[in-house]
Amino acid sequence: MLEVKNITVTFETDEGVFKAVDDVSLNINKNEIVGLVGESGCGKSVTALSILRLIPLPSGRIEKGEILFKGKDLLKLDAGEMRKIRGRAISMIFQEPASALSPLHRIGKQMVETILLHKDMTNKEAWNIAENWLKSVKIPDAGERMFDYPYQLSGGMQQRVMIAMALMLEPDLVIADEPTTALDVTIQAQVFELIREMRKSRTAVLLITHDMGVIWEMCDRVIVMYASRIVEEGSRSDIFSKPAHPYTIGLLKSIPKLSPELSGDAGRLRAIPGYVPSPYNYPSGCHFRDRCPDAFDRCKKEIPEFVDLGPGHRAACFLRTN
Amino acid sequence: MLQLKFRLSFHNTLKAHTQVRSFEIKKYPIIEVNNLKTWFPIKRGVLAGTVGYIRAVDITGLYINRGETLGLVGESGCGKTTFGRTLLGLEKPRTGEILFYGKNILELSRRELRELRKKMQIIFQDPLSSLNPRMNILDIVTEGLSEFGKIEGTREDHAKGLMNEVGLDDDAIYRYPHEFSGGQRQRINIARAIALRPDFIICDEPVSALDVSVQAQVINLLMDLRESYNLSYLFISHDLSVVSAISNRVAVMYLGRIVESGLTGNVIKNPMHPYTKALINAVPEPGLYSGEHKKEKIILKGEMPSPSAPPSGCMFHTRCPEVMEICSKQEPKETRSGMHQVCCHLY
Repeated sequence: MLEVKNITVTFETDEGVFKAVDDVSLNINKNEIVGLVGESGCGKSVTALSILRLIPLPSGRIEKGEILFKGKDLLKLDAGEMRKIRGRAISMIFQEPASALSPLHRIGKQMVETILLHKDMTNKEAWNIAENWLKSVKIPDAGERMFDYPYQLSGGMQQRVMIAMALMLEPDLVIADEPTTALDVTIQAQVFELIREMRKSRTAVLLITHDMGVIWEMCDRVIVMYASRIVEEGSRSDIFSKPAHPYTIGLLKSIPKLSPELSGDAGRLRAIPGYVPSPYNYPSGCHFRDRCPDAFDRCKKEIPEFVDLGPGHRAACFLRTN
Repeated sequence: MLQLKFRLSFHNTLKAHTQVRSFEIKKYPIIEVNNLKTWFPIKRGVLAGTVGYIRAVDITGLYINRGETLGLVGESGCGKTTFGRTLLGLEKPRTGEILFYGKNILELSRRELRELRKKMQIIFQDPLSSLNPRMNILDIVTEGLSEFGKIEGTREDHAKGLMNEVGLDDDAIYRYPHEFSGGQRQRINIARAIALRPDFIICDEPVSALDVSVQAQVINLLMDLRESYNLSYLFISHDLSVVSAISNRVAVMYLGRIVESGLTGNVIKNPMHPYTKALINAVPEPGLYSGEHKKEKIILKGEMPSPSAPPSGCMFHTRCPEVMEICSKQEPKETRSGMHQVCCHLY
């Protein structure tokens, strides 16, 4: 349904030009939850924003590539056509609901405004649709909450409103950018339940997160990004049971496990040495080579190509061969 | 620096021989808390009269032994940070006592408190906002040392020694906080915290703002320092897996109260309080229960009530999946089995 082909996004700042996204390709099928995982600054949010063409201007630019949505290249649409796609066909849930909602307008008004932009109906009809969606994301007293301002709701409730807004026009794809990072675990569990239900309405989801646990809970397919590039892609079981890229392996090992055998004396965690490089001076060749335990000479000189490791499973590392 | 290195290795060998770790009982408590209530008044009206209280913290019978780490878990707003701040004397409690090495710090004079402050330190969640952007690292880590006249050798040498201990380069001391990455900044915060050789450090969500791959490095560093200096930590976090990785004992907090506490392994393996069960269940974790989604989901309804109007009886009864009639009427008493304590009517 959505096919992103070799997009490269650059940003121009006072300190120079850097590539936030480097030659990234991905696709999302109907009714699928795809996880995009990576650490802060790896380009996962920029990838998502570029799908909706929301890259901040004028500093950001999509240098090359194609974004095919149902066969149309989104990068070739004009502003008006793009507006029809945003919110209607592809919608987005942001990390911080408090800053994504307008603080000056009541919840109901914000929702109705969105509906009326895309659909030809009366105010009353739109209001009813909005109220029903608030009910279906399990907001108690939905009718009254419509008159609330965002600050009157808790973080969990605000995120429910965001989810309702993202779903109410029945989009084909929802991009959820760290939808639960700002929430507590028990509230996170509630939000996950909603996202799982979303799938029943045949909506595909691109879930962006830094948390491997979230990926495990939610996703069918996983894309791992590191320092502006995709390093591995595969089904959930591929990534968790036979990770191929040293970064994926390191990431999985470094997560503290909540296992009963563990107590404070159980010993050190296996950390990945070093830090994520700055986007202004990524190392040559493979971006992960500075921190990679298995790096060798070739990693310095060439950018690794993807190697197919099975159906839908690919990794960009010289160590892997099919 | 040589001296420090020696001290480090000496401590490591010493540790191997003498560390008989037993946290079964309250043995050498470094800090002990009784009947502590930190309430914030709610003021309204023209005369700013007190109309009620936000009952942020209401804790009794909590202690931390020397060399031990107590993990404090809870959701945002449950009072865990306020509790940490109260321990350091940064918030004034309404009633209660905080015994630090047996002395009630709430009754000490400013001067005595100042002496004690050397022995207790804090590491904050946000590694950038807790470092003064206009001070270089040298000034940041030696500020406390010069205040107490504890500098050994030159300031530079002392600071470099600290840098090495936390795994940073010597020349880092001439740079400013903005020049470092999140993980490095947290290392600087740790260097500042250990500079005065404290016995007790409050770690308030020290890794929550860090990338996953760096998180583990910082936790490892905290573990190493704990062993080298026999440090006690109060490790505050909302992330149960992080807490379980570093803590000997865990206490679970809900609406200002400890609902369950015990040895980490016991609490994780046999959680007793329905809230702890839900909390453990809500942690998304790869391969925790092998196979696909085998664990049965407990999804709590609703959200945490406001601490200004806490529910009657058991604080958790509004969301509890195992709620009974008595829960809304009577406050549960503490039940103990060995080290494991729980406040719930089920037991």
